[in-house]
Amino acid sequence: MTADLTASVPARPTADAAPLTLARTLKHRRERRIVLVLAALAVVIAAVSLMVGAYSLSVPDLLRTLAGQGSGSENFIVFTLRLPRLTLAILVGVAFAVSGALFQTVLRNPLASPDIIGVTGGASAAAVFGLLVLGLGSVATSFMAFAGAMVVATAIYLLAWRGGVVGYRFVLIGVGVAFMVQGLLGYLLSRADLRNAEDALTWLVGSVSGARWPEIAVLAAFLVLLLPAVGVLAGRMRMLQLGDDTASSLGVHAERSRLALLVAAVALAALATAFVGPLAFIAFVSAPIARRLVGTGSLALLPAALIGVLITTVADFTAQHLLPGNLELPAGIITGAIGAPYLLWLLATQNRIGKGA
Amino acid sequence: MPQPIDQAAPDQAMTGQAAPDQAALDQAATGPAAPPSASARHALTATGLSLGYDGTRIVDDLDLAIEPGAITVIVGANASGKSTLLRGLARLLPPQSGTVTLDGRDIAGLPSRQVATIVGLLPQQPIAPEGIGVADLVGRGRYPHQGWFRHWSSTDDAIVAEAMTATQTLELATRRMEELSGGQRQRVWIAMALAQKPDILLLDEPTTFLDVTHQVEVLDLLHELNHEQGTTVVMVLHDLNLAARYADRLVVMRHGRIIAEGPPAEVLTEAVVLEAFGLSARIIADPVCGSPLVVPIGRFHGTDPLSI
Repeated sequence: MTADLTASVPARPTADAAPLTLARTLKHRRERRIVLVLAALAVVIAAVSLMVGAYSLSVPDLLRTLAGQGSGSENFIVFTLRLPRLTLAILVGVAFAVSGALFQTVLRNPLASPDIIGVTGGASAAAVFGLLVLGLGSVATSFMAFAGAMVVATAIYLLAWRGGVVGYRFVLIGVGVAFMVQGLLGYLLSRADLRNAEDALTWLVGSVSGARWPEIAVLAAFLVLLLPAVGVLAGRMRMLQLGDDTASSLGVHAERSRLALLVAAVALAALATAFVGPLAFIAFVSAPIARRLVGTGSLALLPAALIGVLITTVADFTAQHLLPGNLELPAGIITGAIGAPYLLWLLATQNRIGKGA
Repeated sequence: MPQPIDQAAPDQAMTGQAAPDQAALDQAATGPAAPPSASARHALTATGLSLGYDGTRIVDDLDLAIEPGAITVIVGANASGKSTLLRGLARLLPPQSGTVTLDGRDIAGLPSRQVATIVGLLPQQPIAPEGIGVADLVGRGRYPHQGWFRHWSSTDDAIVAEAMTATQTLELATRRMEELSGGQRQRVWIAMALAQKPDILLLDEPTTFLDVTHQVEVLDLLHELNHEQGTTVVMVLHDLNLAARYADRLVVMRHGRIIAEGPPAEVLTEAVVLEAFGLSARIIADPVCGSPLVVPIGRFHGTDPLSI
């Protein structure tokens, strides 16, 4: 009855892809600009944290030392004291930030972050248990931390599973688990004697001090394995951003992809926590800040990683040098002080929880 | 019941991963005006299909063969199982029993991406990531056609541009989704579904939240798509009169079962409307195109059956 309607419609002109090219160029230009600015800031902060300290170096001193022409004391200060610490801060900044970005995207909830839902807390509790109760050494304690994060994440996943995992249920169960883990930590600490409790402090707030090259190499090696895996899964994650139904109809196996991405995210968070303890809020704030800066709806994993690096390095620098009375604190206290107001802001402004990531 | 299409089609489409992809590319190369070839049409069929969530059964032992190349509209009261059926057909929901087959093969056993090059679904409330641009979103519809070794190409650009031209969204390419009106946004989502180049397009209430002008606009667009490109369209609609006008075949559901199915003029009777919706109504001919027009009676008007 209406078949002849189309006959009167003029033939459609050939589609012109120019507006698409323009849109893509604008998007890429914006993303590249953000990445360049963040990277430049990171380089500046890295340089400053290598120069400033009890023995300060000038820019020429630093460049000379990095080029291998430094004096014995300069070499010691840069390569043994400051560079390992900086490198560790950079690596864990990347790991935490990417982990948080994966959690928040895959679970579509800004509160879904390994530090909020008890994954890094699980690492802490296991590490403190290893340290105080089992009397383990530092390497074994790191293994305990990694295992603790994995166990907690698996438990949350299984508890949240009901023919599939939904973001808000995962987050609510995770918050509950986080409280249980905190309770366990409190119990362990109250039973420990004071000297050991001080050692355990690292596992409560996180710190990048005491970095050594062999450990850094191990962490870097794991990241070299994990980050490309995340890159491979990124295409699927972009589809998951559109919701499970759309992703599935575009040929993505939503539940399977979510599990793979969560495994990668948990591994990243567990790994970073095993080396520096639960540096609070880096995973939580990095991706949302990066996505707000970029503002193109992209995953913004690279900007998020750079924000993670910036927060970690600035927090460690602040903890070392900028506090009154030469008070040297673990970096985790500073990141917590940055993250808590953000959490409050988020809770106060986000009336659409579940949409923010 | 539609006849099964010729046997060559499923074989050609299913033997190699590249086959449907290649077909899409060829179609793109020859342009949108190319007449739909019968071999590009696929048959989607539900047999003894039961669907539900957490033990509750919503769609119950249902048989339905989607007619290739036609527009099928599913109607029914709230909670009659329309959307659930659509999700089952798009394999978003695994059957509790029975099967959905695509060209005679169980859809559950086919690779997701391969199905996605043939069957597309636009959910009722799709989610757009914050800040996403229109061109970016539509481009994501190309995902099932890309793979490890095939990344974005000028063919993808051409198909996306064509989809956006058809939906009149090309001039919105550089805008962000949140800047758009509801009608524009819905056209962008349809553009994304078109960029997927599905042979069978399922839509869950594509006109909800739209005013009547935009409803007609969206349905005209789907009609055009069906007539010009031969895309099989299956959609859930609330408005019975628009459903009757745009459907080649109407499927009326009640309590998870089909109570009537066929051309709207045969299916949409006063008895069927009463059974499906519990609504007394009169059916007259739509003065615009002659399709059945449902005029509800209600409690206070037209109690005398002889007066109109």
